[in-house]
Amino acid sequence: MKHVRTITLLLLFGLGNLYAQETALKASMERGSEIYNDFCVACHMPTGEGIPFVFPPLANSDYLMQQRTASIKGVKFGQEGELVVNGETYNNTMASMGLEDGEIADVMNYILNSWGNSSNEMVTVEEVEAVTKD
Amino acid sequence: MKNSITYLYLFVITLNFSCAQDTENKANTAKDIPFSEELFIDGLQIPWGMAFLPDGSMLITEKSGTLIHFKDGKKTLVDNVPEVYVRGQGGLMDIFLHPDYENNGWLYMTYASKEGSEKGGHTALMRAKLKNNALYDNELLYKAGPNTTKGQHFGSRIAFDDEGYLYFSIGERGARDVNPQDITKDGGKIYRLNDNGSIPGDNPFVDAENAKTAIYSYGHRNPQGLIKHPVTGAIWEHEHGPRGGDEINIIKKGANYGWPVITYGINYSGTPITDKTEMEGMEQPNHYWVPSIAPSGMAFVTSDKYKNWKGSLLVGSLVFQYLERLTLEGTKVIHREKLLENKGRVRDVRQGPDGLIYVAVEGKGIYRLNPKQ
Repeated sequence: MKHVRTITLLLLFGLGNLYAQETALKASMERGSEIYNDFCVACHMPTGEGIPFVFPPLANSDYLMQQRTASIKGVKFGQEGELVVNGETYNNTMASMGLEDGEIADVMNYILNSWGNSSNEMVTVEEVEAVTKD
Repeated sequence: MKNSITYLYLFVITLNFSCAQDTENKANTAKDIPFSEELFIDGLQIPWGMAFLPDGSMLITEKSGTLIHFKDGKKTLVDNVPEVYVRGQGGLMDIFLHPDYENNGWLYMTYASKEGSEKGGHTALMRAKLKNNALYDNELLYKAGPNTTKGQHFGSRIAFDDEGYLYFSIGERGARDVNPQDITKDGGKIYRLNDNGSIPGDNPFVDAENAKTAIYSYGHRNPQGLIKHPVTGAIWEHEHGPRGGDEINIIKKGANYGWPVITYGINYSGTPITDKTEMEGMEQPNHYWVPSIAPSGMAFVTSDKYKNWKGSLLVGSLVFQYLERLTLEGTKVIHREKLLENKGRVRDVRQGPDGLIYVAVEGKGIYRLNPKQ
């Protein structure tokens, strides 16, 4: 009997936790969508497809999904030089957009979970803070 | 719902059709290229603007906030540059010398500035003099407000006309339904000032209630090209449209250029902004680009250095990464040609005092077009 109660409590706690995470992610993505449509959309396009050979895609991008820290670093400090995305080499400049760490976490959560992308782990402000230039 | 999709589809088809009719609206790959390009200054990130000093040296603004003095093949950072709000499209932007620079030493710069009490920034215009690689006598001439944390549409190019008036542009700062059509608000405007920053008594809105009296024309989106026509003396402007609908306009006193009430463009998402491309009381563009080339920088060719180029207009394309040459017949664009393809985003283009063309490319530097004999 005692076991059942513990398990139920654990289960409820777990579900609650999951629910809280889900809402936090949703809220972060919503803020991130605003940032995206302000700072990123002109080059990476409304559905993240980018511009062929010029600006790399974010939707179904192997680079974005596998190089999470490098992607955060690119958004935070800017990106220059060659970059291989889905087998295609891009060579362009993305200036640092001057976003705050919280805004970077939000826009990362948006692009990591939109247009068919999905990430298990939410990007937090602490994670962005920890990314340094070198 | 189904109906609206059909309408949207028809709208897009009509849009395509109307562009297809427009033979001038196609950029051709250049055949006779009268130059070979040389990377004249390398190692630049986002060279936004450039100016040529009488001693043959150059000043280059980097969007990140540094001003570079290039002399005898060497780059030196200029001191005492104003603090710049680097966010989104904003940073240190244009630089332009007073027409009488040799005698008065004034240089003008536009930049995104945090000045003011609200969070964020907005476009500012300042002037200063240069000595020993430092600015001095810095004067803030105009600061748009209120600040906003939006990253878009700061403008901002500078030009002088033959009478010595200074013009500069400010984009609508991502508030298209608030700023461009309202002359009591900054943003989405071409401004006109005296060279000391005071407002000319005959500016069009000096008597309008609560108006920003520096405004010369309005209804603009994001102008990043501004230049005096070498023959007529008129001020020519180009601006970024939304998706489609970049424009070249000839600026008229007090005129409304229509954004966002009329436009040849649509939202980035593909949805329409308006079904109107014209309306009474609003100016038609002199030329419009569909699809958008994302124009930045503007130069008229007045020298004889390049065969058949005299009188052409040069414009940088950020999105397609080339330099566009537009052949004009009077004010009408009759031919478009792509140059310097695949070098990178072309941010600025100028004709130097030596008659040669200099092109600023992001991630590269300044190219000089050396004429072929």
